[in-house]
Amino acid sequence: MTAAALPRTTVDRRPPLGGFSLTYLALEIRRVLRNRRSLFFILIMPAVFFLLFGLPQKGQNIDQANSAAAIAYIMISLAVYGAMTASTATGGAVAVERAQGWSRQLRLTPLRPPAYVATKVLSALSLSLLSVLVEFVVGSIGGVRMPAHVWLLAGLGAWLGSLVFAALGLFVGYLAPAENVMQFMGPILALLALFGGLFVPLEVLPHVMRTIAKFTPVYGVGSIARSPLTHDFSWVAVLNVVGWTAFFGLGAALLFRRDTARV
Amino acid sequence: MRTDTLAASETTGTRTPAVLLRGLTKKFGAVTAVNQLDLRIEPGEVVAFLGPNGAGKTTTIDMMLGLARPTQGSVEVYGLAPTEAINQGRIAAVMQTGGLLKDVSVAEIVRMTASFFANTRPVDEVLERAGIADIADRRVAKCSGGQQQRLRFALALLPDPDLMVLDEPTTGMDVEGRRDFWNAIRTDAQAGRTVLFATHYLEEADAYADRIVLIRKGQVVADGTASEVKALAAGRQVRATLPGADEVRLAALPGVDRAEVRGETVLLHTNDSDGVARYLLTQTTARDLEITSRNLEDAFLALTSGEDTDLEGVSR
Repeated sequence: MTAAALPRTTVDRRPPLGGFSLTYLALEIRRVLRNRRSLFFILIMPAVFFLLFGLPQKGQNIDQANSAAAIAYIMISLAVYGAMTASTATGGAVAVERAQGWSRQLRLTPLRPPAYVATKVLSALSLSLLSVLVEFVVGSIGGVRMPAHVWLLAGLGAWLGSLVFAALGLFVGYLAPAENVMQFMGPILALLALFGGLFVPLEVLPHVMRTIAKFTPVYGVGSIARSPLTHDFSWVAVLNVVGWTAFFGLGAALLFRRDTARV
Repeated sequence: MRTDTLAASETTGTRTPAVLLRGLTKKFGAVTAVNQLDLRIEPGEVVAFLGPNGAGKTTTIDMMLGLARPTQGSVEVYGLAPTEAINQGRIAAVMQTGGLLKDVSVAEIVRMTASFFANTRPVDEVLERAGIADIADRRVAKCSGGQQQRLRFALALLPDPDLMVLDEPTTGMDVEGRRDFWNAIRTDAQAGRTVLFATHYLEEADAYADRIVLIRKGQVVADGTASEVKALAAGRQVRATLPGADEVRLAALPGVDRAEVRGETVLLHTNDSDGVARYLLTQTTARDLEITSRNLEDAFLALTSGEDTDLEGVSR
C-alpha cells in the first residue's frame, strides 16, 4: 500500500461563468469551419445560388407593385437561408455530441449545462453572421445596390432571426439521439425554405401552400429581413418568429432537463 | 463483508476515506443492479473492482461520479457529494467508451476540457504523462483504441484528482496497448493517487491492484489482496500420502470444507492450508505433502458463478 494521498487543501475548480469561455467558443466555431460539408451548406451553397438564380434577375424589379430590385430580394432571402442552415446545424450538433457521449463526459467536469447551451447558441449566431456577411459580400460584388440602412437592417434581421433556428437545432438535437440528425434535417430545412419563400416568391405557389407557408418560421424571418427593402414590415411576422422561437426554445429546454437529469 | 483483510482499516481511524459507500442500492424498475453495497477505500489504495458483466460495477461507478442517483444509501468521495467532488477536481474518471469528440485534435480536446476547470495541470504535461505528446495534432477519429483511452486518461489528469476511477479501461486493447496503459497508471499511482478500476480481466486485477473487491449481483462477495481472494474462493488443496486415513476425522478439521480419500492419498480442500499441513505433519504419519492454490481465474469463477448459499462461507 502506498502512503498518504497527495497533500492538498480544498481547491474549488469551478470556473467563472459556469465554465463558459472564449477558448471553448473559439474551438467550437473552428470545428464547424473545418468541416467541409457544413462549410459548403453554410457559405458556399447560398453564394452559388445567388450566382445561379440572383444574377440573371439583375436590373429587374420584384414585381409591378414593388420597384425594389429583384436581385437584392434574392440576396437577402439567400442570406436568411444561409443563416438558418448555419444555426440549425450548430444547434443540431448536440445530437451528435450526445450520441458520442460527449455530453456525459461534460458532466465529469464543472462545466454547467447552461454554459454549454450558451456556447452552442453563440457559436450558431457567429456562424450565421458569417454566412450573412459572405452572402452580402457576394451580392455586393454581383451588383446589389441598397441604402446603407437597408443593408444593416436586412442583415440584422437575417442574422438575429436565425436564433429561431438555433432553438430548432437544439430542439431536434435533444430529441434525436442519432449522429446523422442533419441528414434528415437537410431536406426539412430545404422544404421550410421553400415554404418561407426563400427560393421562389410565394406568389408562384398554389394558394393552399401559400396559406400554410405564412405560419412557418422561415416565412417570418424572411419577411422581416426583406422588409427594409420591400417596405412591408408586419407585426404578424414578428409574432410568428417570437412564437416559434419560444416554442422551440421551451421544447429544447424541457428535453434538455430530461437529458441532464440524473437517473 | 470481511474487514479483517482490509490492510487499511487497521491503521486508519479517522482519516477521511477516498470513497465511502454505505448501503448503496440502485434499482432499475424491478431489477436491482446494486444491492446494499458497502465499501470503504482509503487514500492511496489501488483497488480493482472485479466482477462479471452485469455485476453492477459500472452502475456503482456512475453513482460515485454523480452520473446516477442512488435509490438508497449514500456515496461520499473524500467526504463530499459526488458532484461537489467533481467541482473540486478531487475525482476524475476514464470511462469505458465514448465521451470523445471525433473531429478535433488530441491537443484541442484537452485544451477544451481544460477550459471547463478553473485551473488545471498544463496541457503539455498531461499529454506527456499519458504518453500521447507525440500525437497531439492527430485527429481523435484517427487514434487507435489504445490512444483514445490514453487520451481519456490525459483528460482525467487535468484536474489533478486525488481519486482516479477507471471503468474497464483496457477493453478492446491489444496486449501491448494494455501493458503501456497500465504502466502509465501505475507510474501515476506511485505518486500517491488513489485508483479504483473496474475490470473483468483477472490478470489485470491480480497484477495491478493492491486490493481486489469482487462484486456479484450488486454486492461485495470478496474483498482483500489477490492471494486472499484466491484463498477465499477456491481455498487451497492439501494433498498427502496417508495410509489408513480417517476421512470423517479429516473432514472435521478446522477450515476443511471437503476431504477425499483415494487409496493412500488424501485430498483436503481448505482455507487454512497451514493449519491442515501442521496437523498432518505433526499428528499423523502423512508424507509427500503438497499444497496447491487455484489461480485467480478459478477464484473468480467460483465466486461469481456460484449459488448464493455457496457464498455465505466466503463472504463472511
